[in-house]
Formats: sequence, structure tokens, C-alpha cells
Amino acid sequence: MVIDQTKMADLADNLAQMDEVKGRSLWQDARQRFFHNKAAVGGLICLTLVVLFAIIGPYFAVWSNEEIDWAIIGNAATMGAPSIANGHYFGVDDLGRDLYSRVIQGTQISLMVGIVGASISVVVGTLYGATAGYFGGRLDGAMMRTVDILMSIPYMFVLILLLVIFGRSISLLFIGIGLISWLDMSRIVRGQTLTIKNKEFVEAALATGVSSFTIIRRHIIPNLLGVVAVYATLLVPLMILTESFISFLGLGVQEPNTSWGALISEGAGTMQYGTIWQLGFPLFFFVVTLFSFFFIGDGLRDALDPKDR
Amino acid sequence: MSEPILDVKNLKVHFDIRPSGAMPWTKSRKLKAVDGVDFKLFPGETLGIVGESGCGKSTLARAVIRMIPAADGTVVMFGRDVLGMGKRELQDVRKSFQMIFQDPLASLNPRMTIGEIIAEPLLTHFPKTPKAEAQARVREMMEKVGLLPNLVNRYPHEFSGGQCQRIGIARALVLRPKLIICDEPVSALDVSIQAQVVNLLKDLQAEMGLSLIFIAHDLSVVKHISDRVMVLYLGRAAEVAPAAEIYANPRHPYTQALISAVPIPDPHRTQEPELLAGDLPSPLDPPSGCVFRTRCRKAQAHCAEVRPELEGPEEGHQVACHYPD
Ligand code: SF4
Repeated sequence: MVIDQTKMADLADNLAQMDEVKGRSLWQDARQRFFHNKAAVGGLICLTLVVLFAIIGPYFAVWSNEEIDWAIIGNAATMGAPSIANGHYFGVDDLGRDLYSRVIQGTQISLMVGIVGASISVVVGTLYGATAGYFGGRLDGAMMRTVDILMSIPYMFVLILLLVIFGRSISLLFIGIGLISWLDMSRIVRGQTLTIKNKEFVEAALATGVSSFTIIRRHIIPNLLGVVAVYATLLVPLMILTESFISFLGLGVQEPNTSWGALISEGAGTMQYGTIWQLGFPLFFFVVTLFSFFFIGDGLRDALDPKDR
Repeated sequence: MSEPILDVKNLKVHFDIRPSGAMPWTKSRKLKAVDGVDFKLFPGETLGIVGESGCGKSTLARAVIRMIPAADGTVVMFGRDVLGMGKRELQDVRKSFQMIFQDPLASLNPRMTIGEIIAEPLLTHFPKTPKAEAQARVREMMEKVGLLPNLVNRYPHEFSGGQCQRIGIARALVLRPKLIICDEPVSALDVSIQAQVVNLLKDLQAEMGLSLIFIAHDLSVVKHISDRVMVLYLGRAAEVAPAAEIYANPRHPYTQALISAVPIPDPHRTQEPELLAGDLPSPLDPPSGCVFRTRCRKAQAHCAEVRPELEGPEEGHQVACHYPD
């Protein structure tokens, strides 16, 4: 049989020039798995709605969060119920301020606390943990003992003391939450780094002579990000809870600013007068957001779980 | 004979072993993973290193390229003293050797594309390589190892084990090194694919004039690729000989046992395979005298007292045994 030489050459040419096949990265795989998870997608939708509410909500507000509706003040229980007619969509609080605006404001602050706290923990915790885990030995020992010591400090107590001494301020709250949030993260990241460090691809990079910094950045951190992403989504609600707890104690944000914790605290205080909406609305947003984050975190964990690969 | 590109003399690697939960003042014990090994590697040659797992063959290879600190000995590579050189110089020497690993998938970063993986050594040593040139080199290497170059943007998990090992080989070749250390490169692969990878390495060696150190845990794999074979037992060389010689005329009792364990497709084979009795002794306290004596069928009282040294003509058949055949 005679093989048509030119045709074979053509075929080889075609094969060589065929478009580069786009590979599917692990991230793309994970995204696909994530979007197959109904609870996680539900959580993502709810969370998006809450965020949209915090961003777009103010444009529909009739009252600002500081204004007192003099027509209602003092009669919150009878006249302050939610109504479209007078512009108080969520009713008013005990002082006659519009609860709709205040919930928006509280949502903004609470989400901000959660996201800032989680971001600090992601950046600081990842770098710290990866460095400790990668270099190991004495450096690792010293770095991890520092974390242990910081962890053994009853931070809530310290935070409350700080707030009492230096006065209540939102920036102090951010600093306090940021300071503690990365400790757990650095431990988790260090543990992961220890496993990744012993993989052969790190050895291959070492044998080639890639610098330590580049190995951490190129080989360790990208393989950590799955765990970090999962833990960060679970950390956001934790931060929100911490802030709410402090605000609930009356030490968090300052009036006229507010947060979910402060609103819930106020609402809980006036519950027995029949103004249940003062508790109900902030609590609703609080619970929905926390659940959303937990479901998303769960979905991410399933999606990124290396065992499924 | 020409100058060896690699000359290893009396190389020793010791690990400090501390029992877990030990107090800081307890003395750690010395594990002699490699205990005085000499060998030479000549340009274009393949040295097979064979031994059971735990005999120190991987440690030996890593100590040679300074990934594990050596306790004693010298390593001269391309005429330069590897163990004594500074960081800069080491980085320079690293351009001329590469390593291939046992687990093909684990040796590739799952978050990087094939193209990025293969280009890594190139961009590490020549960071200013223009993108197009790096791309071209990557494609050239992929073709060399039998991969379609249009797969550059794929990720490792989309490939089979054999293909992953080809990627590993392409990564090792991209700098056009002179020496490649293959650490059990086929042990994790199916038998049919083992042959393909071994043949690929052989072809590439002929084409690019590579010297190879080929580590394996059984003799049958190294048979086809090695020019010389070194049999390692408990951190010591038991026998070193040209490949044909060692298969035809093994002299050390350990080598003989290993060879008789290699399955031979011969129905009329009369000799029963002699199996090795017992396990590898702990390298923490190796037997006195000859380290092999606990499992040797020819062991005598003298073996427990005096350690046999590797004897025989250099480049010829050397054996470390008091009573070789
Ligand atoms: S020296 Fe003695 S114990 Fe060691 S291999 Fe030779 S005969 Fe066996």
C-alpha cells in the first residue's frame, strides 16, 4: 500500500497547527462543582441580595438613619409599625428613627467588619503560616509559639478593656478584630504548607534552584488557596458574630452609627413592649447572612476537596 | 578514558534521629543512610543504582546534587567541587543537571499549566528569556518527548501517568543539561509504559549526549538502559560492574540473590530462585563487619569482624565481599 506522502505531511502540519487546547484548571473544575451545589448557590444568591440591599437600599430611603420622626416618637409601639405610607418600611426604633435606614447602616458596618477581619486574616495568616511551615526548624518553632501565646490571651477581655479605656471607636474595633483573626488561619496554613512542602513538585523546584520566596509564591500558596478560601468564608460570619457580641454589650460602634449587634440588642430590650419588628428585621438580616456564609463555605469545601479529584 | 563528569568519593550522609518525645538533652542517634560510597560517571554513560527501598539510593542521589547535606566525602561535578561551593556557583552548576522523580503526577504542580511547568527551569536560570523563545523551547521539548505541543495550556491532572512522566522529562531537558538523575522514574508506572519511558530516555540520551543516573529498586528495569550498575545495600556499595558483566557473572551474594529473583521467561529454568531471608536490618544499628551478613548464605565468622571494602579494577568489576564467587 502506498501512503500518500503529501497527505501525511499535511496531516502532521494540521496537527501541529491545531489550536492550542485550553486546559481546565482545578479552579474551573471546582467552580463547576460549586454551582451544582444547590445550598451553596442559594447562599450565594441570598448573600448577593443582602449586599445589594446594603448598596442600593439607601436610594429608596425616605428618612435618614439619624433623623427622628417627631410625629411618632414616644408612640413607637402603636404608630411605629412598618408601613409603606409614612416611609418607615421597617417601622421605627424606640427613639423614632427610621429602622429601614438603620438596618442598612448596620448591614454596611457588619459586612465591613466581617470582610476586613477576614481579609486581614487571609493576608497575614497565609504569609505567616506559609513562611513558618516552609522554613521549619527554629523559625517555625518561634513563630508558632508566638501564635500560641497570642492565642492564650483572652482577647475578648483585652478588646473590651481597650474599648473601655480608649473609648468606643470603630477603628479600634477593626484593629482588635484584625489582630486576633489571623491566628487560627496561620495555624491551618502552616499545617497545609507542611504537607505541600514534601510534595515532589516542590522538590523539583528546589533541585532546579528556584528561590525560596518564589517556591512559596508559585508552588505553595496557590495550592493552599482552596483551604484558605473555605476558611475565610467561615471566618466572615465569625467576625460578624464577634462584632455583634461586642456591640450587644454596648461597646461596639458609636451612635448614630449602628451594626446588627447593636440593633438586635436594642430590639431585644424593647421586645416586651410589642415592638417585635425592632428585633425582627435586624435579626432576619443577621441570620440570613450568617447562614449564607456557612452554606457558601460548605459548598466551597466540597468543591475544592482534593479527595474528589 | 575521558574525564568523568561526576566523581563521588567516600560520600556519607547521616541523619540525626531523635526518638519522639525525647528530652532536649538526650543524645540523638546517627542514622547512616549513605556510608561511604564512591562512583564515577563518564560523559554519555548511564549508571544504574539498584537496591531495596531504604538502602539509601535516593538519599545518595540527593546528596550528590546537594539537596541533602553530606556528612563527609567529595563530589566533583564537571571538575567543580559541588559540596564546597558557594550558593552562586551552585546555582550555576544547577543549569547542567536535572532530576526526574518517582511519582509523575506529584512532581507536577497541579495549579500550573504544562507550559508553565516545562518553562520553569528555563525562566529560573534565564529570567530574561523572551516569551516567544521560551514558548518555542517548550514546544520543542514537548515534541521531543512525544507530546503534542498544542497541549501546553492543559493541566497535569488531565494527563495519564506515563504522559506526566514525559512532562517531567521535558522539564528536565529544557535547559539541555548534561546530567540527569532519574529517581525511580518508572516505578510508579504500568509495565507497558515503563518500557516506553525507558526507551524514550535511551533515545534522548543518544540524541542529546546525556549522562544518566538511573535509580531503580530491581535489576530488571536498569538492565536495558545502564552501561554500569551499582548495587547498594544499607548505604554501602555491594558490587559495581559493567551491566552485561553483572548480569552474566554476579559475584556478590546479594547481587546473586537479586538476579535470581528477576523473573526469566524460561520454562526450562532449573535453578530455583534463591530468596533473601529476613528483612533489611535497621540502618540505625547496622550489623558489624559486612552489613549483609545477617542475610548472607555464605556468611562466616570473619564477615562479622572485618568490613569488606570494594575491591577490583576501577572501571571494571568491583565487589565488596570476603568470599565472592
Ligand atoms: S563478606 Fe561475608 S557476609 Fe558479606 S557478603 Fe561476603 S560472604 Fe556474605
